Amino acid sequence: MHNREQSGSRTASLVWAAIIFLALGISLGVSWAGKRPLDLLPTMLRGVVVTVKLTIGAALLSFLVAVLAGIARASKVWLIRTVSAFYIEFFRGTSALVQMFWIFFVLPLPPFRITLTPLQAGIMALGLNVGAYGAEVVRGAILAIPRSQIEATIALNMPPGLRMRKVILPQAMIRILPPFGNLLIELLKATALVSLITLSDVTFQALSLRQTMGRTKEIFTLLLAIYFLLAYPLTLGVRWLERQRRWA
Amino acid sequence: MSDSIDRKASPIIRFEQVNKSFGHLHVLRDLDLEVAPGEKVCLIGPSGSGKTTILRVLMTLEKPNSGVVWVDGETLWHKEVKGRLVHADEKHLRRMRNKIGMVFQQFNLFPHMKVLRNVTEAPIHVLGMDRAAAEERALQLLDMVGLSDKVDNYPAQLSGGQQQRVAIARALAMQPKVMLFDEITAALDPELVGEVLNVLRKLAHETDMTMLIVTHEMRFAREVADRVLFFEQGQIVEAATPDVLFTNPTNPRTRLFLRAVLPQDKSDG
Amino acid sequence: MTVDWKFAWSILPELLSGLLVTLKASLVGFAIAAVLGLVFALARRSRSKWVSAPVGGLVEFVRSTPLLVQLFFFFYVLPQYGLRFPAFLVGTFALGLHYSTYTSEVYRAGIDAIAKEQWEASTALNFSMTRTWVGVILPQAIPPMLPALGNYLIGMFKESAQLAAITVVELLQTGKIIGSHTFRYLEPITLVGILFFALSYLSALALRQLEVRIERQHR
Repeated sequence: MHNREQSGSRTASLVWAAIIFLALGISLGVSWAGKRPLDLLPTMLRGVVVTVKLTIGAALLSFLVAVLAGIARASKVWLIRTVSAFYIEFFRGTSALVQMFWIFFVLPLPPFRITLTPLQAGIMALGLNVGAYGAEVVRGAILAIPRSQIEATIALNMPPGLRMRKVILPQAMIRILPPFGNLLIELLKATALVSLITLSDVTFQALSLRQTMGRTKEIFTLLLAIYFLLAYPLTLGVRWLERQRRWA
Repeated sequence: MSDSIDRKASPIIRFEQVNKSFGHLHVLRDLDLEVAPGEKVCLIGPSGSGKTTILRVLMTLEKPNSGVVWVDGETLWHKEVKGRLVHADEKHLRRMRNKIGMVFQQFNLFPHMKVLRNVTEAPIHVLGMDRAAAEERALQLLDMVGLSDKVDNYPAQLSGGQQQRVAIARALAMQPKVMLFDEITAALDPELVGEVLNVLRKLAHETDMTMLIVTHEMRFAREVADRVLFFEQGQIVEAATPDVLFTNPTNPRTRLFLRAVLPQDKSDG
Repeated sequence: MTVDWKFAWSILPELLSGLLVTLKASLVGFAIAAVLGLVFALARRSRSKWVSAPVGGLVEFVRSTPLLVQLFFFFYVLPQYGLRFPAFLVGTFALGLHYSTYTSEVYRAGIDAIAKEQWEASTALNFSMTRTWVGVILPQAIPPMLPALGNYLIGMFKESAQLAAITVVELLQTGKIIGSHTFRYLEPITLVGILFFALSYLSALALRQLEVRIERQHR
C-alpha cells in the first residue's frame, strides 16, 4: 500500500468516525441546537482536567518504570533480572482495575497500613501497570539491536556500562517511541477505571451527572465524544511516528 | 611487502594447539600459528575453513575450547597466577583487547552518531583521551582514508565503501598493535572495493603495524602480503610467500582452490 | 490483624464460582471478537470506499474510547429503547465489540503478510476468489495469527473484571461482595488478584506451547 492511499483512507476514516459520532448523537435524540447538551460541559470539563492530570502523571511514572525494569530485565545479574521479571509478569498478568482496587482498598489495611488518595492510587496503579508493558517494549528494543553493534563495541574495548549508555540505549530509545505512543493511548483509556475508586475524572463526573440529572443518552454520548477527541490526536501522532523510520 | 620484519624477534601473535568448535562443527583443529611483529598476513581459503574464527578468537569474540593464544608476549585467554595458567577474567581481557583492533565485513558503524563521533567515542571514553586530542587524531585518520569532507555526516548518508573506510579509521584510532580485517570488501558493490583496498594498501606499505587480512581478493593479497596462509577445514594447508603460493603451490589442495578462484588465462597443468 | 488463612480458604469456593463467570464471559466475548473482527477486517479491505471507510471509522471510534465507558453506554442507554438484556449479555457483547477492533488489526496484518505472489499465482492458475481465500490465503495466514489472537484472549480474561461495574458477578465483583459482607477486604481482594494472575499466567504458558507447535509446523 502506498502512503498516499493510506493517508487518503485515513482521512476518510476520520471523516466517517465523525459522521458516525454525529449519527449516534442524532439517533439518540440529542438536540444540538440550543444549549443542551452544552450545559453539561463545565462539569465534564472539570473531570477532563483530572483525566489529563492522571494521564500525564501515570505516563511519566510508567516511562521511568519501563526503562528501569526493561534494562534490569536484560541484566547479567540474576537477582536483578529475576526481580524485574516478577514485577513485569505480575503487573501484566492482572488487570489495572484489580491492581487499582488492591492499592486503594487493601493497602490501607494492616499489615501494610499505606493510605493513598484516589489520585495517588490511580497514578500508581496505572503507572506500574503500563510500566510493565513498557518494560517489555524496552527489553525488546534492546534485544533488537543487532549483535554486530555489540561486537563493534567489544572490538573498541568499551566496557558494558559505556556500551549500554552510548550505543545500545540511544538506538533503543528511537525504536520504542511508536509502541510507547500506543501505550499512552491505552493509558488514556484506562484512566476511566479511576471512576470506580471515587476519583472525579470525566467518567466519574458523567456518572454522577446521570444520578442527578438523568439525560443518560446525552451524557454518555458526550462522554464517548470527549474520549475520542482526546485519543484521536494521539493516534495520529503514533501513526506519524511509525512513518519516521530513521535508524531502522 | 615490508622488508623490516625481524623473524628472529618473538612473534606478536602465537596460536598453540588451538581448537574451536561450534556445537558439532569443529572449526579450528589443533591450530599452530605464528605472526611476526609488523608482518602482513593474508588468510585465504573456502568459507567455513576457520579463517574468520581465528580473527574472532583474537578479538576475544570467541573463546577457544582448548589451546593457548599469545598476543604481544602475553597469554590472551589465560592469565598467569602464581606461575600457572588459569582462564582469564574480564579485567585481563580488557587489558589485552587494547592491543587489537578489528574491521568487520558489515562495517558495524554506530548509526546514531556522526562520522567524527564514531571515530572519537572509544578513544575518549575507553582510552581516556581528552576531546580535543581525540578529535585531532580522528581528523588525521579520516583524512588518511580520504573522508575529511564527511566528518559531519551520518553513516546512513555514506556509501558502503565510505562507511568501511570510516570503520578502518575508527579501529585505528585505538592505536592497536595488531589490526584484523575480516573480509572487509566482501559486502561492497564491486566499484567500491577499490577505494577500500587502496586504504589497506597504504596501511600495509606505510606502517609497521601487524595486519591479519582475511580476503578473497587474490590479486590484492599477492601485492600486499608478506605471507599467505591457505586454510581448509580448520587447518593451515600451506603457508608461503605470495610469490611461491600463487605461482607454484606445493600442496595439490592449494592448487585446486586457486584454480577455482583465480581467472584462467593460460593453462598450466 | 494479619492474614486469616482459614477465612481465605473458606471463601475460595465462592471466588471460584466467580472465576467461572469470568471464564464464560471472556470466552463468549472472544468468540464475538473473533468473528466480528474478521468481518471488520474483510470490510476494510473492500475496494468500495463506501464500505471500507465507514467500517474504518467505526473501528477507529470504538478503539479510541474506553471499554468501561462502552459498558456503561450499552448498559444504561439500551434500556431507554426498551432493550433490556441481562447484564452478562450486555457485558460480553461490549467486551467482544471492543476487542474486535484489536482482532481486526491482527487479521489485517496477517492477511497483508501473505506475499502478493500468492495472489498472483492463484490468478495465474485461474482460481476463483473463494478458492483463493479458502485454499491459499487463509491456511497460510491463520497459524501465525493465533499467538496474537491468543494474547488478546488472555487480555480479555483480565479486562473482564470491568464487567463488575455493570453488576456482573464475575471474580472481582464476587470478591467485593464478600468484602462488603464480612468487612474483611484483605483476603478476598488479594485472592482475586492471585486467581487472575494464575489464570493469565497459565494461559500464557499454554499459548507459548501453541506458538512452539506452530513454529515447528512452519519450518
